[in-house]
Amino acid sequence: MADSDVKAMTENLEAETFDEIAFTTPVPLSKAKVAIVTSASLHHPTDEDFSPMDTGYRILQSQPRDYVMGHWSPNFDATGYALDINTVFPIDRLDELVAEGKIGSVAEQHLAYAGNQFDLSAVRLDSGPAGAKFLREQEVDVVLLTPV
Amino acid sequence: MSTLAHIFEAHGMATVALGSIKSQIETTAPPRGLWCDFPLGRPLGVPSDRDFQHRVLNAAFELLKSPEPIFSEYGERIIDDGTEVMSCPMPPRHDPTLHPAIDEANGLRPAYERSIGEYGNRVGAGRVVQADQIADAIEAFIRVSEGTPWKEAGVPGIPARVSQDIRGYYETAALALSEHAPAAWAGTRWFLDETEAGKVVMAARQAMADAGEKEPIWFYMAPGDR
Repeated sequence: MADSDVKAMTENLEAETFDEIAFTTPVPLSKAKVAIVTSASLHHPTDEDFSPMDTGYRILQSQPRDYVMGHWSPNFDATGYALDINTVFPIDRLDELVAEGKIGSVAEQHLAYAGNQFDLSAVRLDSGPAGAKFLREQEVDVVLLTPV
Repeated sequence: MSTLAHIFEAHGMATVALGSIKSQIETTAPPRGLWCDFPLGRPLGVPSDRDFQHRVLNAAFELLKSPEPIFSEYGERIIDDGTEVMSCPMPPRHDPTLHPAIDEANGLRPAYERSIGEYGNRVGAGRVVQADQIADAIEAFIRVSEGTPWKEAGVPGIPARVSQDIRGYYETAALALSEHAPAAWAGTRWFLDETEAGKVVMAARQAMADAGEKEPIWFYMAPGDR
């Protein structure tokens, strides 16, 4: 069992395509508010776990950083995240970039979706736009997306 | 992830999407995509390596300077060749009256608790099976492996989720027993190939497949290439 064997299983999966590529010109990063959105199915212990084929999202507060991985897929290494949340959710690194003046600020709230979805229509039509609206209401300028 | 990038950009936010699988990020073509050839589950590459993670982030945020959609490949790669197995001492046999997998799971409990104390419960037991119930869950899978239909074996939840809790319990315990941060998948290979509980899970999975259970019920009890 090698990582490449697991990745090879995805070769025949149909990926989402978009006819047009939306493009937003960002404010300078040094002035931008940055949020993380991950497909690692993270959630706080007190929040609802992800169900199979869950197309919703969970809100991740910047504090406390007690995120639990609720992913249903067995097809990834979890020990990296177990050792260091930044392997998946680099919030400590973003804090350091703020301290260095390289980014403006880090959002107080972030989002987690569930990866390993075979039907993304609900994400495209419902939870994706809802998550976008949530982040815009926080005046987020830049979103870093991390996959699992 | 790349799908969300399109949606967020359409709502007025600039995005940078990291991708672990090249064909997927190329096909979905997020406005700014950085393919990082790292093992699945480690999009920032190396746990507890601040400098490495910052290099990845710097490369990602550099893409924000592009005036048009851009796809880039990160220069450093981390290749798992499938051979490295986590090395950690196993607890000695304590109660010979118990099945070896149950005795093993009980023996790993102190290490599990040490690891939870150090890192928190990030991937360990607790989705459907608490740490106190891991032995019962393994016992249920032993019954499945011996031919009992899974619905009659006392499996305390959807088998895939129960299996994840057992694997999470073991991998979390192993972090406290190993002297080194494990390479990607090294913990999974250790659990599946070298522990008694891993062998039970795989045997139960095979028994369910042989019994004609629906594939989604047993398939996700282990990585799909198994």
